[in-house]
Amino acid sequence: MDLIESYQEELQLIRKPWTRVWVGIFVLLLLLLPWYAPEHITYIATIIFIYSIGVQGQNLLIGYTGQISFGQAAFLAIGAFTFGHIARVGIPWPIGLLSGGLAAGAFGLVVGFPSLRLKGPYLAIATLGFGIAVYQIFLNFEVLSGGRMGMIITKLSPLFGLPRITFNYYFNFLIALVFTLAMYNIISSYMGRAFIAIRDNDIAAEVIGVNLTRYKLLSFAISSFYTGIQGGLYGLFIGYLEPNMFTFMEAITLFVAVIIGGLASVEGSIMGAAFVILVPQVFSAYKEMVPVVYGVTILIVLIFEPFGLYGRWFKMRLYLRNWPFR
Amino acid sequence: MTQFLQYAISGLATGSIYALVALGLALIYRSTRILNFAHGDITTAGTFFAFTLLGLNLHWGLAFILALLFGSALAIVFYFSVLVPAQRREATQLGQIILTLGLGLILQGLVSYFGGTVPQSFPFPLSDTKIYRIGSVVISQLSLGTFGIGLFASLLFYLLVQKTRLGLAMRATSENLPAAQTMGIPTRSILALSWGLAALLGVLAGLFLAPALLLDPFFMLEPFLKGFAAAILGGLNSLPGAIVGGLILGVAESLAGGFVSIAFKNTFAFLIIILVLLVRPEGLLGTEFKERV
Repeated sequence: MDLIESYQEELQLIRKPWTRVWVGIFVLLLLLLPWYAPEHITYIATIIFIYSIGVQGQNLLIGYTGQISFGQAAFLAIGAFTFGHIARVGIPWPIGLLSGGLAAGAFGLVVGFPSLRLKGPYLAIATLGFGIAVYQIFLNFEVLSGGRMGMIITKLSPLFGLPRITFNYYFNFLIALVFTLAMYNIISSYMGRAFIAIRDNDIAAEVIGVNLTRYKLLSFAISSFYTGIQGGLYGLFIGYLEPNMFTFMEAITLFVAVIIGGLASVEGSIMGAAFVILVPQVFSAYKEMVPVVYGVTILIVLIFEPFGLYGRWFKMRLYLRNWPFR
Repeated sequence: MTQFLQYAISGLATGSIYALVALGLALIYRSTRILNFAHGDITTAGTFFAFTLLGLNLHWGLAFILALLFGSALAIVFYFSVLVPAQRREATQLGQIILTLGLGLILQGLVSYFGGTVPQSFPFPLSDTKIYRIGSVVISQLSLGTFGIGLFASLLFYLLVQKTRLGLAMRATSENLPAAQTMGIPTRSILALSWGLAALLGVLAGLFLAPALLLDPFFMLEPFLKGFAAAILGGLNSLPGAIVGGLILGVAESLAGGFVSIAFKNTFAFLIIILVLLVRPEGLLGTEFKERV
């Protein structure tokens, strides 16, 4: 932990000059990735960017506001299919993406209402019920989802003569960057502090003047907005949508990413997203073992390192900074 | 009217499965405040165990008993090797729920790895096609057996909880943990036993459900979620509530499937949960105490 002397400093994203250098090098490496890494790696990195958006949204809800939700797959589906329908009519993608996010956010508001009365396990069940109901509605209403045959979405045509995979990489990198910066701003604003206060003790938060209704609903709305954007981007990237991409397992994957990455940390969300994407890649020969790896990691994380990968990383950094003292 | 009765009867059979699942969930929730997300997967593991034993030409009675014991052993091992250390490190309630989710994922993976993901039919002493006629209503042997075993297990369970010293200890532990400890009740073993018993009820439901469906590693997911719905409907911390909730859900679902639309049979259950939670979060028979700062 650093000594923080002014509010200005508290709001700074990066506090130490050397950190600035490291982050700069890291971003540069990411920017140059398509030019030195094989195509396969670029492809996976693109998916990680897309996922990190939704995981951040989920983390805002679980990690910062302390509202548990198992219905995240529903928001993914709503975002993705809204985007799909709008894209099919021929409206340009920025509007489609935005309305995908907004539609998911609106449903997030609806799901947020039970959160005003329900807590912990009960809320988990209500959101889980919502997630499954939405999945089944999409499965059964062919008008909404194109049925089991799925829905084709026209992919973006690359600009500036870049290869498609490189273009997609930069496109999603930029969007993920924008959303990550927005997330940093949200959590260090009044809104973010209100979320954290609600997580720590909602009744106490209300007593000191946090409007519980507004901020709980807002948290749900922003979280599902992020998730909806992820859904839209994923549809745009893959070029194809079907209801079976949004099963209960998908919600669990997002959840696992948050827990393993680290509750209440943006960096952790990104690490978690990388984890849930990379593990199936590494274990592609043993597909059945992927849930086992998730499960074992969850057990280890929750018992030994409650702040997840980010907590481990933080401790490592502290150790290196103080080396050779401890 | 006949149709109505027919749907209601077949709903009661599925309802008793839900009731068994819900009973296990409520038992664990009531004593430890943990929602057991691994319940479905423990059940699946137990059922697959029975399936493997049957494959080895074991007598079905023996195979079923071994499977029930296997399921409860699994839950007890999980309780002692994961939950107790986690509680020593002061894991939050949410953390413990996520631990059960982790266990569920592990079991699901292992079952698909060892059992294979291809749906298999489950050999069973009761037949699905042999039917009995009561007046104009038809009921299959399997449904009748399921309903019977549901009632029988609930009755035994009721006697255990209400009429024995062990049941008294269980009730005391769930009512007030520190007080129970002061009175000399070995709460840790009692809680472990509750986990085992809950898993046993779950596996029992799984064994009777498997012949009606095909057996694959995910066959328990939906009944498990419905069991959740049933437990919520009846009140998560009430054992009779779980049974009532399960039966109501089964019948309501069957009627909705028959008279409204078969495609929305499943969606219906989850709409019920959301409605119940909005109107009466503590469920039909449950009581949840208020919280203060």
